[in-house]
Amino acid sequence: MINALSVPRAAPPGTVRRIHRRRLLVLGGLLALLASAVTLSLAFGAKPIPPADVWHALIGPTGTENDIIVRSLRIPRTAIGVMAGIALGVAGALMQGHTRNPLADPGLLGVTQGAAFAMVLSIVVLGVGSPYGYIWFGLAGALVASAGVFALGMAGGRGGPTPVTLALAGTAVSAFLYGLTSALVLLDEQAMDTFRFWQLGSIAARGADVAWQVLPFVAVGLIVALVNAPGLNALSLGEDVARALGQNVALTRAVGIAAITLLSGASVAVCGALAFVGLIVPHLTRPLSGPDHRWLLPYSGLAGASALLLADVIGRVVAHPGELEVGVVLALAGAPFFIALVRRRRPVRL
Amino acid sequence: MRLQAVDLKLGYGDRVVVDGLDLGIEAGTVTAVIGPNGCGKSTLLRAMGRLLKPSGGEVLLDGKRIDRMPSREVARILGVLPQSPSAPEGLTVADLVSRGRHPHQTWYRQWSSDDESAVGAALAMTGLLDLGDRPLDELSGGQRQRAWISMALAQGTDLLLLDEPTTFLDLAHQIEVLELVRRLHGELGRTVVMVLHDLNLAARYADRLVAMRDGRVVAAGPPSEVLTEALLAEVFELDAKIIEDPVAGTPLVVPIATRSHAPR
Amino acid sequence: MTSTAPPYLARRRALRIGPASWLLRPRSLAAALVLLGTTVLLMALSMRLGDIPMSVSEVLRAITGDGPDHFVVMQLRLPRALTGAGVGAALALSGAIVQAIARNPLASPDILGVTTGASVTVVAVIVAAGNTWGGVSGVLAEAGVPAAALLGGLIGALTVYLLAWRKGMDGYRLVLVGIGVSAICTNLKFWLLTVGDVNDSSRAMVWISGSLNGRGWEHVIPVAIALAVLLPPALLGTASLGALRFGDDTVTGLGVRMHLTRGLMILAAVLLAATATASAGPIAFVALAAPQIALRLAGVAQPPLVVSALAGAVLTVGADLIARTAFSPVELPVGVVTGVVGAPYLIYLLIRVRRKART
Repeated sequence: MINALSVPRAAPPGTVRRIHRRRLLVLGGLLALLASAVTLSLAFGAKPIPPADVWHALIGPTGTENDIIVRSLRIPRTAIGVMAGIALGVAGALMQGHTRNPLADPGLLGVTQGAAFAMVLSIVVLGVGSPYGYIWFGLAGALVASAGVFALGMAGGRGGPTPVTLALAGTAVSAFLYGLTSALVLLDEQAMDTFRFWQLGSIAARGADVAWQVLPFVAVGLIVALVNAPGLNALSLGEDVARALGQNVALTRAVGIAAITLLSGASVAVCGALAFVGLIVPHLTRPLSGPDHRWLLPYSGLAGASALLLADVIGRVVAHPGELEVGVVLALAGAPFFIALVRRRRPVRL
Repeated sequence: MRLQAVDLKLGYGDRVVVDGLDLGIEAGTVTAVIGPNGCGKSTLLRAMGRLLKPSGGEVLLDGKRIDRMPSREVARILGVLPQSPSAPEGLTVADLVSRGRHPHQTWYRQWSSDDESAVGAALAMTGLLDLGDRPLDELSGGQRQRAWISMALAQGTDLLLLDEPTTFLDLAHQIEVLELVRRLHGELGRTVVMVLHDLNLAARYADRLVAMRDGRVVAAGPPSEVLTEALLAEVFELDAKIIEDPVAGTPLVVPIATRSHAPR
Repeated sequence: MTSTAPPYLARRRALRIGPASWLLRPRSLAAALVLLGTTVLLMALSMRLGDIPMSVSEVLRAITGDGPDHFVVMQLRLPRALTGAGVGAALALSGAIVQAIARNPLASPDILGVTTGASVTVVAVIVAAGNTWGGVSGVLAEAGVPAAALLGGLIGALTVYLLAWRKGMDGYRLVLVGIGVSAICTNLKFWLLTVGDVNDSSRAMVWISGSLNGRGWEHVIPVAIALAVLLPPALLGTASLGALRFGDDTVTGLGVRMHLTRGLMILAAVLLAATATASAGPIAFVALAAPQIALRLAGVAQPPLVVSALAGAVLTVGADLIARTAFSPVELPVGVVTGVVGAPYLIYLLIRVRRKART
């Protein structure tokens, strides 16, 4: 120690660099996983298409039947799957980081139930019938509900909402909206029919225009999320240390909530209630990334997208020529995998 | 005067802890705040480090109101190490110390060479170079405490507020931390304010002692003036004899008995 | 130490009879009494209200007499209200135990696999029985669904517990495994709802929302037994439950046989939730909200069991009263209303408590 004191400056140990390299390696692995998931998602479906034809459709489509299938069905579906998966994974990691609660899912702030309520309301009151119609209602509902929860969390206290009040306010608002949604659904059979499919979640039968519509929300949400990561790192050392490091606690929370709302709102509006992707994925990636959110967020996004796409492909293959909804496959194939992992190693606490 | 508390009023909820306190910290000094448990030492330190908003009065950093300065700017001048902070599981020592660079980083400059050398120097100063890649939760209490101090050092601030930096440390490590404080002061001209419980170490390592009781400053000044038998009786309700420290020449407290149990 | 107790210890009233002594907390006691009074009041109100409104004297006459009113009060309204109170209390008690053990205000019996396991089983039964289910009357209809719920709930809980057990029990792993099992059950449930006929799905939806419609004495008795048997040991465990909130090291240091106590408390929570769910379905929000409401009313740090149970009873009976009368003649499942009624109150408490703490 005394000797160490007489060394005023020294390069950080090489181990730091080794950790860095390992993190990059994992990132590369997750990127490769997502790339293969994308390939599978383009190739498999009701009609199997050979890789050469997929390539043909991507590079220089000449209007063959396979070209049309790939370009008008598979590409939008895959793109939506990637966006929704990234959004849910990142939003879930943010949510758990901000609430420091392993039970927090990205829908916790009322996003899922807000979207559900607005969607059902649009069906019952306005008679909106197509998914295209209620996507915007779902998104609006998600944003309004989340903003409401944040306002309630802020009410009556300065310095921003505490994780516990935020989580409880979110749960309460969700329960409130769930009650209203259930009442509407039980009183209106047509709404029930749509709702039961919506709450299962799916990325099928959504066109390229939908993908373009949600892209800005997801893109902005991702940028805001990444900007939030260093602040969240500081917050995870406790609010006192975060303040000591010059971090504005209330602002950091608000920015994080904005990112969560944009990301999960967009994906829930388009794909239905798939929020549990964001609940589970961060628990899988946290052991890989450690507690650094600058790594945890990208990992979770890539893993979320891979999981969603792979589950979607499996759903298309096992129930051929029909399809099994992605939510069912994720739960039946993904959750046991998750449980097995939880059993194998000591869970990393938040 | 680098850091100044003016007519400060502090509390939690309805409970007032400090009422109408004035205190100035001169540049380039080491100040130790002493006093019995619950006298408001930590509360004062938190307020001076803008972790706690005063309910009255103000804290001035270089003459400017600290609550009106951008928090990041404050964080580049003033570092605070709160009492018993907590870290997420699995965080390595190097990661923790790197987070001390937070106020110097922006989204486009996440790890500059300044960051790297500051973190390396902070790790070296606390003797943690060999433990850089170890998770914090696997360290001993003393090593963990040194890692947190290292984080505060990496922040590279002129002013350091340390709340009980020597808790969990054995005597040798306590001395090491305080030697480190002296070096920061002597070689780098840093200003340090720390809450300490060990009066003899406080007297030996601080230029100035601030003795508090019930949210008031009872005495402030050089250790030889503050640490008297009368003051110990008033502040700690302790009967003690003060002798000269044979090594440092500073006052040395030899306790006799607490007043409530003293033989009359 | 000193001979006279300091004021904060003197303020702790204790009831001492011989060698036994209990701590009395005035605010908890007041909260419990107010909630008890509210439960009785709401139950009395639900005796009076319905398709045939009655005055208090008519209700009293109906209880003693044997006219058609006697049937309405004694066989329809009273057992329904009692089921509501019992189920609400059982769910809330279960939630309070789980939240204390998991040290997590978002925890509820859902993470033990009880309610989600029961839901998926019942939906499977309803959907599998298909359109004919409505035609099956009598014994099968009455025994089938509750039995499926009980069985599904217990299997769900057992699955979670066994999967989470690995050289001992770890609270955090239990929560994570619970998340996984819940995800499977919930999505399977959603999928079954899309597979079945839309009418069956609606009927299943009513059950998984939790409903007290047509509940009779045969529903009151199991819940009453479960409460009578499980409340005393749960209360005995409260002291240890308080200690369980600290870290595992502290708990063992305080002399609590941690694993045994935690295991028994979890078992009690499972049985309470399973019985309640078998009687009325997984009524939403009660198990999560009632303990949080109770701890804020009583001004304590962890969910108080008795106050939580009473808060659960008030929430459920009150919600059912609204569900039954608000949109008459259409009746809503009680679980649809618990959130709508309970959420604003919980939010009000959250804001009020924060205001107080910050001024």
